[in-house]
Amino acid sequence: MKKYTNTGSKDTRSGFGDGLTELGQTNENVVALCADLTGSLKMNEFKDNHPERFFQIGIAEANMIGIAAGMTIGGKIPFTGTFANFSTGRVYDQIRQSVAYSDKNVKICASHAGITLGEDGATHQILEDIGLMKMLPGMTVINTCDYNQTKAATLAIAAHHGPVYLRFGRPKVANFTPADQKFEIGKAVQLTEGTDVTIVATGHLVWEALQAAETLEAEGISAEVINIHTIKPLDEAAILNSVAKTGCIVTAEEHNFLGGLGESVARTLALNTPAPQEFVATQDTFGESGTPAQLMEKYGLNAASIVKATQKVIKRK
Amino acid sequence: MSDNKSLENLVTQVRRDILRMVHKVNSGHPGGSLGCAEFLVTLYNDTMKLKDGFDMDGKGEDVFFLSNGHISPVIYSVLARRGYFPVDELNTFRLLDSRLQGHPTTHEGLPGIRIASGSLGQGMSVAIGAALTKKLNGDNHLVYSLHGDGELQEGQNWEAIMYAAGNNVDNYIATIDYNKKQIDGATDDVLPLGSLSDKFEAFGWDVLEITDGNNIQAIKDGMAEAKARTGKGKPVCVLLHTEMGNGVDFMMNTHAWHGKAPNDEQLESALAQNPATLGDY
Repeated sequence: MKKYTNTGSKDTRSGFGDGLTELGQTNENVVALCADLTGSLKMNEFKDNHPERFFQIGIAEANMIGIAAGMTIGGKIPFTGTFANFSTGRVYDQIRQSVAYSDKNVKICASHAGITLGEDGATHQILEDIGLMKMLPGMTVINTCDYNQTKAATLAIAAHHGPVYLRFGRPKVANFTPADQKFEIGKAVQLTEGTDVTIVATGHLVWEALQAAETLEAEGISAEVINIHTIKPLDEAAILNSVAKTGCIVTAEEHNFLGGLGESVARTLALNTPAPQEFVATQDTFGESGTPAQLMEKYGLNAASIVKATQKVIKRK
Repeated sequence: MSDNKSLENLVTQVRRDILRMVHKVNSGHPGGSLGCAEFLVTLYNDTMKLKDGFDMDGKGEDVFFLSNGHISPVIYSVLARRGYFPVDELNTFRLLDSRLQGHPTTHEGLPGIRIASGSLGQGMSVAIGAALTKKLNGDNHLVYSLHGDGELQEGQNWEAIMYAAGNNVDNYIATIDYNKKQIDGATDDVLPLGSLSDKFEAFGWDVLEITDGNNIQAIKDGMAEAKARTGKGKPVCVLLHTEMGNGVDFMMNTHAWHGKAPNDEQLESALAQNPATLGDY
């Protein structure tokens, strides 16, 4: 089985910040908007390099989404930055009417997604955002797994015309995807080849899936790990091809099992080739305060949970 | 500049369009549409600098955003009569497969519309964004928007009002349709707005009032003054005092026609008060 190495843990939000910095130099139409979280979103360098293209909106997320929609008229490509909670639930109707229904080329960039935001607790964590965003017609939904991939995705969405939700996080996590790997929206990345189970993971759970695959290999179980960085549009062919070989699947995400990647995968299987599936996800609950590692453990979002889910799903074949 | 007589003729025809559109489908919002007919006719045929044709980016021309999207009949009629799309298409208002949706949208590709509106309170933010882009593009044309007064009960407006003043968005004129009425009744009864001029001024806007917002000359003069006040560091607010249902006697002085269509008899009476000037669609 192919092994992956952590080349040095970094936060995915820094991948976004560094991608935005690069876009500032390469694409003069890129503008950035932030709702009083410039440091948290790592947007400071873009702000310093291009003060005329950086818009501090203040603590007014609804206004930020509306302004971003308006800025597209005349050719700008707005990137909005705030926490995932305030990027989605707080401004759902603004995104729905002014961005998605109006076909505006806005990039909604959301940090501190999921439970790994940590100590701030459930008011700031969101485990529903993938569902909220994937329900919107025309919205592309991306959840990247590490620093390199987040940076590559940030560059890629600028070149894609249409509304995008880009989801990333706060903690430092393993950085293992190649720095030069091109990001293709809607194209899954197969990380390992396997025959007994397909594990599709998104975001921070991709590294956990790779750790799980190593554990499973030691138990004699061959796992095919696929990184689904784009939840919508979903790479259905990659999933179906893999499941045709393995006969069962585990989905893993830092999100509620309702509305997340797992549900999209289940629909794909139901419509094509039904197969046993287990969901590694939060179980219709809010989060709470704690360290990211404690929370991932308590809410069953780590490699151990994926191993357990795999053992279960294989028995159901 | 267009002469007042031809604008008045256009207003009369727009009123007929509005009434016939909502009557045909027995739905829609005639009251506010009629109240803003003079304003939008003057805006599109006298005040704004417009290119021929339509493109989404609106570079090198003034752009307008309708935030109170429920008065779609009036904007559809004004746009069609200005040549953005065939006047006959007004016949499809609110019908299945029409580009003239109940509330305006870009989704069906209707020329003249740059944002969906209907869910209230979002248009000012959008207009500010377009104004910021005009500045970045070195385009010295203006951005205009129209909002209902009741719509100002939506909190997002006040985020936008604070932002525009705090960031000197001075290439922008926001007009408030100040008819003091909303669906459930008088704004004073539903949720009092207080002094809008004091509120906008306190937030840092330059405010002017058009006290007869159904008079073409008053609108011309007021909007000329508003334009003269742009470029001086402050966003400009026009409080446009209008009469809901203007031009149809039984629709005036009441909020009853906010979202109700006339029946056959009422339509006949309303059209008799507004004889065709440019030909019905």
